[in-house]
Amino acid sequence: MDKLLHIRNGEKVNRAEIPCLPFSQFRQTLLDFAEEGGQVVQFFAYQESDAVKLLAVLRSDRLFVTGCEAPQSFDSLTAVSEKFHMFEREIGEQYGLKAEGHPWLKMVRYHKNYSGTADVFGNDYSQDIPGNYPYFTVEGETVHEVAVGPVHAGIIEPGHFRFQCCGERVFHLEIQLGYQHRGVEKLLQSVPLKRLPIIAETIAGDTTIGHGLCQAQALEALADLQVDDGARVVRTIALELERIANHIGDLGALSLDVAFNPPAAYFGRIRGEYLNLSQILGGSRFGRGLVRPGGVTHVMGEEQRRLLSDKLAELTPEVEHVNELIFGSPSVQARFDNTGTVRRQDAEKIGLVGYAGRASGLAYDARVSFPSECYAELPANRNLKTEGDVCSRATVRREEIMHSTGLINLLLARSQEAKSYTPEELNLAPQSLVVTLNEGWRGEVSHCILTDDQGKIMRYKVKDPSFHNWTGLALALRDEGISDFPLCNKSFNLSYCGFDL
Amino acid sequence: MLKVLKNRLEQGHRTSRYPKEQIHLYKRFRGLPKVNSSCRAELVQQCAAACPQDAIMADACRIDLGRCVFCGLCETLSAGEFVTFSQNFEMGTAQRNDLFTSGDLPALADHAQKHFKKLFGRSLQLRQISAAGCNACEADTNVLNTPFFDLSRFGIQFVASPRHADGIHVTGPISENMRAATLETFAAVPSPKVVIASGACAISGGPFHGSEDIVGDLNSIIPVDLYIPGCPPHPLTTLHALLNYFK
Ligand code: SF4
Ligand code: SF4
Repeated sequence: MDKLLHIRNGEKVNRAEIPCLPFSQFRQTLLDFAEEGGQVVQFFAYQESDAVKLLAVLRSDRLFVTGCEAPQSFDSLTAVSEKFHMFEREIGEQYGLKAEGHPWLKMVRYHKNYSGTADVFGNDYSQDIPGNYPYFTVEGETVHEVAVGPVHAGIIEPGHFRFQCCGERVFHLEIQLGYQHRGVEKLLQSVPLKRLPIIAETIAGDTTIGHGLCQAQALEALADLQVDDGARVVRTIALELERIANHIGDLGALSLDVAFNPPAAYFGRIRGEYLNLSQILGGSRFGRGLVRPGGVTHVMGEEQRRLLSDKLAELTPEVEHVNELIFGSPSVQARFDNTGTVRRQDAEKIGLVGYAGRASGLAYDARVSFPSECYAELPANRNLKTEGDVCSRATVRREEIMHSTGLINLLLARSQEAKSYTPEELNLAPQSLVVTLNEGWRGEVSHCILTDDQGKIMRYKVKDPSFHNWTGLALALRDEGISDFPLCNKSFNLSYCGFDL
Repeated sequence: MLKVLKNRLEQGHRTSRYPKEQIHLYKRFRGLPKVNSSCRAELVQQCAAACPQDAIMADACRIDLGRCVFCGLCETLSAGEFVTFSQNFEMGTAQRNDLFTSGDLPALADHAQKHFKKLFGRSLQLRQISAAGCNACEADTNVLNTPFFDLSRFGIQFVASPRHADGIHVTGPISENMRAATLETFAAVPSPKVVIASGACAISGGPFHGSEDIVGDLNSIIPVDLYIPGCPPHPLTTLHALLNYFK
């Protein structure tokens, strides 16, 4: 049997075909793959009757899967390649399997493990978060520490940040999360199927369509449901609207963070206009209730098509003008340029995805490499500025707004209508695996479902792009002024709830 | 400079005239549901069984707006015979029980606690606590600060420190990991103080109800004064609730 099984995005695989290697061979296979430039999409543990197993989904220009029986403790892969570091911490937290020699083995979300084995971090959870958590500290007479959060000074999600500084200069930023942990994966594995779409849409509310699509495609593969072309058009438009709205909001906020207020006010309002377009499409500003296994709940008729294209025609020049205002201002440029740089080789080591990855020169875009929905027939985007700094991340987003607008216009010109939606009973194939990937606005979103011999969901694994990218923010702050933290933070704008699950 | 002026002219004046003038949301928007209480029991049962949130009380022919996520499934399933969603976004209530509705809600302004109007009617400062939801509630609360809604023209502001606040506005089902921070933030707000539960999560646990990692109902740890249903509540739902409860 081969060490890696080639799979396709959103295609059901018989679990019997997945390699089950001896651990040492599994480990070496993963390390070789990473060494050759491959990246980790998913790497997690799951329980099958009495045994705990490991499963890894890897990507180069193709997708692969492989597995093994999990030893209670094992030689850390992170000790050799950073690409595994978050995954191994998560495996330790979820199933009590210890990656020996992991240089940074700390809790991820702070909860008891699922297997009832000894806690890897020595916590008994009688204490409040973060329990037994050794923060990284720098010592020295001129070194001081700044601690922020969990409750921040604004309408934002909770998280804890520790800066080790010398004066204004940041040596190191440690980001400790877990406050938003609400047990999403456990719920997805245990609740009635009717609740699944609602939970998927609320893994990260600003990525409702991204996560909703990943789940719908996975369930469609397992239940053998066909989606018609009209529904695919609506889904693709919804994903691109989500991308535009978020990018616009963030560009406005970036402008605010460098004290250039007018664009922030304009983009604040304009973002709302795009949310309202989602509301025209499916009744919700966040795309709630639109994507369901088998299709979409609302067809796009002539009326919606016209409302969308008229509004886009009105907004697009406004957006470009505000962008010219931001990017044409020397005082903005001075703050954006060379701030918060993540170098390409670091980005690659930590597996940065999405616009953050592309801004550091990693071209990967799941819409191009593993196209779902309508993407195979649509033109790809190219990014021109890829130096890894705030300016690059902002520029990539500006380029993506225009590219996404182009995609939506192309799709609106098509005239397929989706068939109206009738909710169907889902019968999932037994003994199967499915992996889905979509390029959400932040980057690669992936869901993975394993079913047991009754067709029940045995393991539901979710990965939000923030799982990779929070490390990128920490790196961006190295040697940076602490006052540039808000700017760096906004240029990534990562999800706490998507990470914390 | 010229560019700044040109953009300023292009953008113009965009602040809405609500509540002086009504705003009509697009017909697909799902606001306050209208429940047909004489609907045949079989169809009601079918909708109740299919509702992902178990928010339909079949016997009473009511919907619990504190659990409902406005997914629209009951309307689709019953083809409008049992439930239809109106575009009415005015859904805030002062009592949890009032959220069990067949389509009528008591006028919020009449049920507001009078001393709150007196205390906070002219100036209300709120500390937002984000506690383990999906962040869409937060996003659509934040939107109230954009020019279209311009919340501060009503004397209402979200402030950074609980010490400066007159109350808390809570979103999310309050994870166990946020329980202590939520209670501490609330304790740091000087009395008298008001408590607002925003979104299905803070009211009932929302999409995450039943999870052992959450508290699930803000009212079980801090008494709630004002409920704003939705998943997330539309910004206008929040605006209406704040204006009617405090003004
Ligand atoms: S709209 Fe509300 S009541 Fe109707 S099915 Fe969805 S969650 Fe249930
Ligand atoms: S109520 Fe809905 S929108 Fe609000 S935080 Fe909860 S899941 Fe998100």
